[in-house]
Amino acid sequence: MNILVCISHVPDTTAKINFDAAGKGLDSTGVQFVINPYDEFSLTKALHLKEAHGGSITVLNVGGSETEPTLRKALAIGADQAIRINATPTDAITVAKELKNHIAAQSYDLILCGQESIDYNGQQVPAMLGALLNLPFVNACVDLTIDGSQATATGEIDGGHETYSGTLPLVVGGKKGLVEEKDLRIPNMRGIMTARSKPLAVAEPTENGAATQAVKFVKPAAKSAVKLVDSVDELVHLLHNEAKAI
Amino acid sequence: MSIIVFVEDWNNVFKKASFEAVSYAKSWADLAGTSVTAITSTHAQDPGTLATYGADRILTLSLSATPFGTAQQLAAMAEEATGIVIAGTSFGRSVAPALAALANGSLSTNTTSIPSSIAPVTVERGAFSSKGIETIELSGNLPIVSFVPNSIGIVETHGIGAVSSFDAAGTDLLTVTDKTVASGKVALPEAEVVVSAGRGLKGPENWAMIEELATVLGAATACSKPVSDIGWRPHSEHVGQTGIQVNPNLYIAIGISGAIQHLAGVSASKTIVVVNTDTEAPFFKAADYGIVGDAFEVVPQLVNAMRAFKAEQ
Ligand SMILES: Cc1cc2nc3c(=O)[nH]c(=O)nc-3n(C[C@H](O)[C@H](O)[C@H](O)COP(=O)(O)OP(=O)(O)OC[C@H]3O[C@@H](n4cnc5c(N)ncnc54)[C@H](O)[C@@H]3O)c2cc1C
Repeated sequence: MNILVCISHVPDTTAKINFDAAGKGLDSTGVQFVINPYDEFSLTKALHLKEAHGGSITVLNVGGSETEPTLRKALAIGADQAIRINATPTDAITVAKELKNHIAAQSYDLILCGQESIDYNGQQVPAMLGALLNLPFVNACVDLTIDGSQATATGEIDGGHETYSGTLPLVVGGKKGLVEEKDLRIPNMRGIMTARSKPLAVAEPTENGAATQAVKFVKPAAKSAVKLVDSVDELVHLLHNEAKAI
Repeated sequence: MSIIVFVEDWNNVFKKASFEAVSYAKSWADLAGTSVTAITSTHAQDPGTLATYGADRILTLSLSATPFGTAQQLAAMAEEATGIVIAGTSFGRSVAPALAALANGSLSTNTTSIPSSIAPVTVERGAFSSKGIETIELSGNLPIVSFVPNSIGIVETHGIGAVSSFDAAGTDLLTVTDKTVASGKVALPEAEVVVSAGRGLKGPENWAMIEELATVLGAATACSKPVSDIGWRPHSEHVGQTGIQVNPNLYIAIGISGAIQHLAGVSASKTIVVVNTDTEAPFFKAADYGIVGDAFEVVPQLVNAMRAFKAEQ
């Protein structure tokens, strides 16, 4: 089984987010970058599938050279090879088109993404990719079984779940549930050593033309100080009369 | 040409997000000096009600079962669209990007404002898990907006409301084999009130009072990540940066410390109440109202006080 895992390189969840003085983009000073948490569930699922069915796992990132440590980490966790498409994408459609061009020239059985990248929170790339490739797509995927060329996948929907069946190749936007939190792997020393000799290829981009333009980033206005109350009756009163929340 | 809005129904019934989508389209159409065309399922009950929120033309069609098929059907209308609006429900979040890819559109998801300008269409959206607000221009072809439900609000107005049917082909690449929606419970993403609890509750057996409070308030229940990781509550209740992002009118956090990853998914809530024994809990810094106290004492009292309040209403 030939699996592609699309990896996004994002600020660590504990990062304090600041923007540059002109508000044009993230000020990455002091920010640690990690594998996008949603992608980590997909990567771990890929490892489970490889262990069960054999095959190979390729991890791919569309990004500048600064994202290579993140790809190396994915290799250390167990991916077989990595590809970096050397572009600094400014919107999801650009990423999706780069991925599509790469995938169209390969033969992947399964394309696993994370449901969403926690930096720009677009939740766009996987669905775009499915549409561009005319492949079935399951978002918010919390369960996936492969049987030969058949896939059964369950996705979260508002207030419940929906289960689908279809034929591979399949595009997935994964999240916790695909594997459990406890299944996530931390690279060990041996993994880190072998990752150094695994292939990390750099390919040049084939697309240029973003459809959207970020013009400004600001931080949300700070909350005013909390009102501490002594009794639940006072709370109910304030929620009704002041906050108009009930 | 018009602003086209896809109006979702749930078991043939419209919900708030359906009407909010039409209201969004109406605001945009007014700015653009054009009309609103609503597209909805032939099974939706009373499609004419969409006129109350500004729909001029209401087209019903036999919808595909999957987001991809639906996106293809909407793409068939793209040439008539000045812009397209889709509510960011779970279905909408899959339809919008597929549509943008098929119709070569420019898309903003996680959008929290109506357009501030239309040349090019400019909107605000949440980024970095609500730690940032991005202003984005949809400078390419066909602008498409997917907005966060409950971020815009519903406005009643008047549209012409002519209902007719139309046909467009959509191919489902997957077969839906099963669908389960918890009945009798308020779904978390669309809840106006959320009652959420964390590790401070000590064990799953203590959730009865949380559920009782939720029932009294007509609220959905939620939890912090470790609570779902240890299996006290289902994953579908996990809110935060790596769980479900919510923006209810009222979020009540009980026995949750307020870690940065938790706050990232709930800070867009309009009013936040925190109950915690620890005065130093970081959640108090993100709260509007707080009670420093033991959940096991405060929550039962709160259930009674809320029940009394509701009885008076
Ligand atoms: C990559 C990553 C992603 C993450 N994503 C998320 C996420 O999406 N959502 C999320 O929630 N977390 C997330 N976390 C975890 C987060 O860092 C915190 O560990 C978690 O939110 C803490 O959960 P908690 O508040 O329930 O537990 P604790 O931090 O243990 O807090 C329990 C609180 O309960 C209070 N308490 C104890 N007893 C009582 C009582 N009797 N009455 C009232 N209060 C009481 C305590 O004072 C304390 O403040 C993530 C972490 C990482 C590393």
